[in-house]
Amino acid sequence: MTAHDISLSRRNLLKGTGALVIGLSLPQSGRAQSGAAQAFRPGGAATFAPNAFVRIAADDTVTVLVKHIEFGQGPFTGLATLVAEELDADWGQMRAEHAPADVKLYANLAFGVQGTGGSTAIANSFEQMRKAGATARAMLVQAAAEAWKVPAGEITVEKGVLKHASGKQGRFGEFAEAASKLQAPAEVKLKDPAQFKLIGKEGAVNRLDSPGKSTGKTQFTIDIRTPEMLTVVVARPPRFGGKVASFDATEAKKIKGVVDVQQIGSGVAVYGTGMWPALKGREALKVTWDESGAEKRGSRELIAEYRALARTPGTVAGKHGDAEAVLGKADKVIEAEYVFPYLAHAPMEPLDGYLEWNAQGALARFGSQFQTTEHQTIATILELPPEKVQLETMLAGGSFGRRAQVSQHLAAELAMVGKAIGPNRPVKLVWTREDDLAGGYYRPLFVHRMRGAVKDGKITAWTNSIVGQSFFLGTPFEAMTVKNGIDATMVEGANELPYEVADFRCEVHATKVGVPTLWWRSVGHTHTGYAVECFIDQLLQEAGQDPVAGRLALMGKHPRLVGVLKAVADMAKWNGPGPVDGRARGVAVVESFNSYVAQIAEVSLGAGGEPKVHKVWCAVDCGIAVNPDIIRAQMEGGIGFGLGHILYGELTLDQGRPVQANFDSYRSLRIHEMPEVEVRILPSTEKPSGVGEPGVPPIGPAVANALARLGRGRPLSLPMVGGTV
Amino acid sequence: MVHSININGTTHRVDVDDDTPLLWVLRDNIGLTGTKFGCGVAQCGACTVYMDGQPLRSCSMPVSAIGEAKITTIEALAGKEAQAVQAAWVKHDVPQCGYCQSGQVMSAIALLTEIRKPTDRDIDLAMNGNLCRCATYVRIRAAIHDAARTLEG
Ligand code: FES
Ligand code: FES
Repeated sequence: MTAHDISLSRRNLLKGTGALVIGLSLPQSGRAQSGAAQAFRPGGAATFAPNAFVRIAADDTVTVLVKHIEFGQGPFTGLATLVAEELDADWGQMRAEHAPADVKLYANLAFGVQGTGGSTAIANSFEQMRKAGATARAMLVQAAAEAWKVPAGEITVEKGVLKHASGKQGRFGEFAEAASKLQAPAEVKLKDPAQFKLIGKEGAVNRLDSPGKSTGKTQFTIDIRTPEMLTVVVARPPRFGGKVASFDATEAKKIKGVVDVQQIGSGVAVYGTGMWPALKGREALKVTWDESGAEKRGSRELIAEYRALARTPGTVAGKHGDAEAVLGKADKVIEAEYVFPYLAHAPMEPLDGYLEWNAQGALARFGSQFQTTEHQTIATILELPPEKVQLETMLAGGSFGRRAQVSQHLAAELAMVGKAIGPNRPVKLVWTREDDLAGGYYRPLFVHRMRGAVKDGKITAWTNSIVGQSFFLGTPFEAMTVKNGIDATMVEGANELPYEVADFRCEVHATKVGVPTLWWRSVGHTHTGYAVECFIDQLLQEAGQDPVAGRLALMGKHPRLVGVLKAVADMAKWNGPGPVDGRARGVAVVESFNSYVAQIAEVSLGAGGEPKVHKVWCAVDCGIAVNPDIIRAQMEGGIGFGLGHILYGELTLDQGRPVQANFDSYRSLRIHEMPEVEVRILPSTEKPSGVGEPGVPPIGPAVANALARLGRGRPLSLPMVGGTV
Repeated sequence: MVHSININGTTHRVDVDDDTPLLWVLRDNIGLTGTKFGCGVAQCGACTVYMDGQPLRSCSMPVSAIGEAKITTIEALAGKEAQAVQAAWVKHDVPQCGYCQSGQVMSAIALLTEIRKPTDRDIDLAMNGNLCRCATYVRIRAAIHDAARTLEG
């Protein structure tokens, strides 16, 4: 595989998923979902619907139906920008809302099913949404031309106003009705990038969701309230793989406001008139768990096993030359063994969902990240035909990968909770923070064992043995996502280096552990980025090379990586790692999701020897920058998210039981720990690529490489502050 | 039992257990959902309201302990500090997922009401009880400084 293939791996995996799901579900359900969409009335009272994505109303508002879930990464604004650009709309008239679940209309073109992930929202929508906007524009122009009896070619459009040299002018709303009666043109011409007024322009747009989110008006799933609705919490097994043996709900049912208690597939569900009664009912519930099949190993045992495994031959995931032979003859072998803990995503809004149903149909409302498969899961469990099940995607309080579930467990639990209490009783399922942190689907625990050699100032050999769980092996998707026994998401970024090293080998061991795991913002790069960028830095230091110049000398075949590394060195006025006045600088550069990010972190040792990160410079090349300010925000947020976890984040298992219960022990970055961040976006004419995830991988190794110059060494186990090992 | 509490200037009578946290009374009984649940243990600040003008983590305040105190939620914000903060939040596009931002805005307004021109250290002290998993902290800081400038006139 080439580096390009690897960077596409997550997308390919999902594509595989899509193909499988469509294969299993028969074409009929594709049609069925269109039925649900019709019942849904997206776009409200709009009169003009030129295509699946654009709605224009008589009041002049343009509503974009966004096929990707908005949980902070910006697709509402991003996709609306693409439409507005080609429509020549005024930004003030733009609105956005989620598209309904409909795989035929709203598939992610990178996956084949409707869903969000792999930092693909802008990349797969770039042409599609521009065409949607251009089509709408052409039809409005045609309608105006007919009304004014002038040639369409003489009409111009600017900031939502159609104009003709004769002095005639009008707004979109005035022509919405007439345009709706026209045939959509088969072909439309898109703008030349030189004509862009919104795409890539600083300050041209503001986020569409800022006002609602700054005033508490935005509705999340947890805010849904309907008459007769019950709030539901579920008692789940304390160890992964446990099951309900028996339960006694006598005391629980005595709590005021507890309406019912039902056993479901994932545990015991307590139904209350509100959250507090439900929680008190769960507290009073007595459940005996059958833990005969449960995972009872803790993090310490797993790490010891992984370390031993890393010393045995694994499956070869990448190689050239004969690295073992070179290491065998080397005067000195440099080694590093990195341990990465389980991590929770802990999105600020915990998992939740709303469902109402009866024999006539169902309405599910939640932060659905894989609409197509979640829609099918709910229909299957409720035994309803898919066309009778509507799925409304809600704005969600973060995800970081958590809402994109290979297992569909949340949609399934929501449907089971609704089914168990019976029809005509709306339910809102809510996970508490404790449920979230103890609930699994973690970033898997990983060990990387690295060995390398340096001769005459050159790196001569590099081996890496990677041990961890695959979240695909053992699932129905295994056959399509795992090639030659290798799950690409375990090795992406490590089985091909951007650096020229003559003799190279990367091996992988996929372990069987009963802890459910999942992708976590930037997937494999969360650990491979750290291992590779720390180890290259260590080898360069051994070889007496500068961290920036040394990298540049080895990455000649990767011009875009070179570009961001040079840019970040320029921004930081790089003059070696230091330290100067107690502050050292570390650098790291990682390609992920087809985007290139380099960061330099300035670090000192603060109170109690904890690393204190003062400033981060960040250069990013993500192709055409559609919304520069959102890209900047994603870099800032990615740096903060990554930094919080490498410094403090750890989900430890003790005899199989999660230890960290809430934010008091699952320490999360706070405002006084956030460094100053400066971002530079490199100009590019390449296709746009992702920004939601690529900001995360470089920060950990950049901080570690700075610590190495402060006499601390590069931390071998994460988190850096107070870890298990 | 029935509790009488003053929320946003109106007296509400709610029939809930004494230990029910104010957060759930607001959200489930009164229908004010701008105040969010993030942890339930006074660690994240998503549930911040004012009690007699002072920021309070409503998830950890039982309804029976409120007594005569006046509670203000994000739905009833008024005044120039609130306007300045919310305008700065929009101008800087602070929110990402937005879920923590009700609490952030409440804490920021309380800070500016007390300290007209906060230093970075004042911001650290006033805001470090409000978690943002999206890590919008750079913009929160910038927006608070900006709002302070607006209030200066
Ligand atoms: S919900 Fe109250 S502080 Fe987190
Ligand atoms: S904006 Fe998402 S948690 Fe703060």
